[in-house]
Amino acid sequence: MRERAEIRLLPDGRRLYLQDGPIDVTLEAFGTTSEISSAYDAATRRFVSVLDELCGELSILRQPLTADSRQPAGTVAKRMARAVAPYAARTFITPMAAVAGAVAEEILAAMTGAAHLERAYVNDGGDIALHLEPGQQFVVGMIDRPDRASLFGTAVLEAIEPVRGIATSGWRGRSFSLGIADAVTVLADQAAMADAAATIIANAVDLPEHPNVFRVRARDVAPDNDLGDHLVTQGVGDLTAQEIGTALDGGETLARTLLTEGLIRAAALHLRGQTRIVGFPLHSNTLGNHAGDRSLVHA
Amino acid sequence: MPDDDAIRCDACPVLCYIKPGRLGACDRYGNRDGQLVRVDPHVVLDRALARGASVVPFLEREQEWDGNIVGAPKAFVTAIGAGTTYPDYKPAPFIISSEVEGVDMVTVVTEGIFSYCGVKVKIDTDRHLGPECNLVRAQGEAVGHVTTGEYGSQMLSLGGVRHLTGGSRREGTVTCDTLLNLCNGKAVELKVDEGAAVVVQAGKPPIIDDVLEERMRVGCGSATIGMFAKQWYGKVDEVVVVDDHITGVLSEHQAGKLLGVPETGIKIKGRRSTPGRYFQVAEPGTAWGGTNIEDPLAILQPFKAKIAWPGLRLLMVSTTGEHHAYFELDEKLRPVSKDLPATLGESVARIKENCEPALCTVLFMGGAGGSLRAGVTENPVRLTHSVRDALTRVTCGGAPVYIWPGGGITFMVDVSRMPENAFGYVPTPALVAPIEFTLRLQDYADLGGYMDHVRALASIMPEEGHRHVSARPDNPWPLFPAKTPESQS
Repeated sequence: MRERAEIRLLPDGRRLYLQDGPIDVTLEAFGTTSEISSAYDAATRRFVSVLDELCGELSILRQPLTADSRQPAGTVAKRMARAVAPYAARTFITPMAAVAGAVAEEILAAMTGAAHLERAYVNDGGDIALHLEPGQQFVVGMIDRPDRASLFGTAVLEAIEPVRGIATSGWRGRSFSLGIADAVTVLADQAAMADAAATIIANAVDLPEHPNVFRVRARDVAPDNDLGDHLVTQGVGDLTAQEIGTALDGGETLARTLLTEGLIRAAALHLRGQTRIVGFPLHSNTLGNHAGDRSLVHA
Repeated sequence: MPDDDAIRCDACPVLCYIKPGRLGACDRYGNRDGQLVRVDPHVVLDRALARGASVVPFLEREQEWDGNIVGAPKAFVTAIGAGTTYPDYKPAPFIISSEVEGVDMVTVVTEGIFSYCGVKVKIDTDRHLGPECNLVRAQGEAVGHVTTGEYGSQMLSLGGVRHLTGGSRREGTVTCDTLLNLCNGKAVELKVDEGAAVVVQAGKPPIIDDVLEERMRVGCGSATIGMFAKQWYGKVDEVVVVDDHITGVLSEHQAGKLLGVPETGIKIKGRRSTPGRYFQVAEPGTAWGGTNIEDPLAILQPFKAKIAWPGLRLLMVSTTGEHHAYFELDEKLRPVSKDLPATLGESVARIKENCEPALCTVLFMGGAGGSLRAGVTENPVRLTHSVRDALTRVTCGGAPVYIWPGGGITFMVDVSRMPENAFGYVPTPALVAPIEFTLRLQDYADLGGYMDHVRALASIMPEEGHRHVSARPDNPWPLFPAKTPESQS
């Protein structure tokens, strides 16, 4: 019952949607019509084999990489391995932590390699790779409530800045988290870097042993998950404002370290209506503004 | 590596092992009761992408929805505005790529919760389920307690924030699971401390200690005497309607006196309330009339020799007609069991006929006092006022609700008037219940609503991507205005 990858232009006639197995990509290129067409062709050609390549090396991508372990061969897998390498010494991480960002990067690289584009984005399930020619910009927004689609923060990304990757992680997302962050959004130089960093910062927003945090072993939920025996967050009960602050402190401390090391350019950490901003550019002044009343729909 | 109960998904080369009730890495395929099923929240997401609009967190589940409504198959419910997520799965992440407020991209992770909630269960039975205030358990965990005994029914109060969050983690999880199943019309087995085991399912008869309760009592023992005295008159000398609450005795009861039924010298154990009405004739139980007695003679003392006579005919019957026995006194005035005469059989059958079917009914009770209101308006208390002023109608999955007087928006709704599987949960633990606030656009503007997010119905209701169900004819249509400001004076 293997399904073919789904590839179609969205009804707006501008964005391309690609789906294969767990990969959902929406992308858009800006430039002349013929260049866009070339870029979309390139994206599609590259996309159709990505999942098979990854699955061919899945067993090693689900293990923490060490100097002794067999190194992955695929181009996407290599992007993943490179992105998580800076964290291998300090925490548990497998290349899977960067898979979405790495796929986004790979597709974007195929597009920019085949066509001249003014700007482009490849959004793989919320992890985004960007291309910006000099003088171009993107406006990036974040929301925590899909039913209202109102932004709790926006940031303008200029070509002159080094940011080309955006990623979001949190325990409510599709991937498991070891932490309790509702959402950690990271801007970094590349999408896979952002993806890996968002994952470990979200893990660091945590209250270990807190009785109101419900955790289970990852393997009890998903037997073949790369997190195995690690406890992953499945629910978060009531937290005091002080506890929320303590949890965010942990994530913020790590984010500032990564900022100093150049691994990230900015991060926004979101937990129960409280937001911490690390290194965000000037245009982010709306960030945090309405955060207080935009937490969960908690009756 | 795989667990015994996990299944391997072959929908894509990732080949996930998926545990029951879980989704694979794609969030598209899941293991439901050992079957690989496509659940597809992303179809909804795709269409939202296509519209360049925000996502409605409502998962299309055609195969889940079989058109069946608890209690009334033909009925229907509007799902407009009802946000639910599929109950057995972690709510889907909502990740949106779209142009919103002039922004090119958006990322998001979210879910909605309802954690101050519970259910009130009415169980139509005379049987004793357990002492008042005793704990009610599910899977061994305390999930609620026995509350008042009502006319022909026993009330249970289950859930509430103390069981959901105040006890052990397992207590909270089991409570959440119990509430979820009851609200979604599924059967749940409950055990009362020092009491009975009851299988409760909304719209279905209770099963008490493995016995299906078919009928609700026609009345208390005294009322039964009043209703049937004329039918018994002349056919029998004495009738005792055995009832744990109020046992009735024909010859002493006002109805018997009016008919001229002579004294019989009968002596009933228990405490006499008024003539012909006795309390506490035995201990509560699940046998005759909600008592613990299997032999009805156990509630009788010897007949008074000066009044009773050999051959005296005595009928003993329960308030549902389910239990009955017929005796005649021998020379020593001892009751001897005999076959029920046909003429009395009719009256016993009549009692049964007049009993309504016994049912379990489940009312969900929840409070929308917190930030849920902030999702509706920037000025949450105004929403409460608007509900109080009847400018805003509250519905739950399209079903009408009763709003408790007093502060906040605390409501009750009959789950059988809601669509099946209208409820979900989050592992916090808490229930996810739909709630809709319906009001006029101008009123919405007046109470500080998010006017810039109001969209035309047509723009969010394409043929696909939503679950369409028809409205129940016995539910008021939620969009009829409850009250207009002009009519307030």
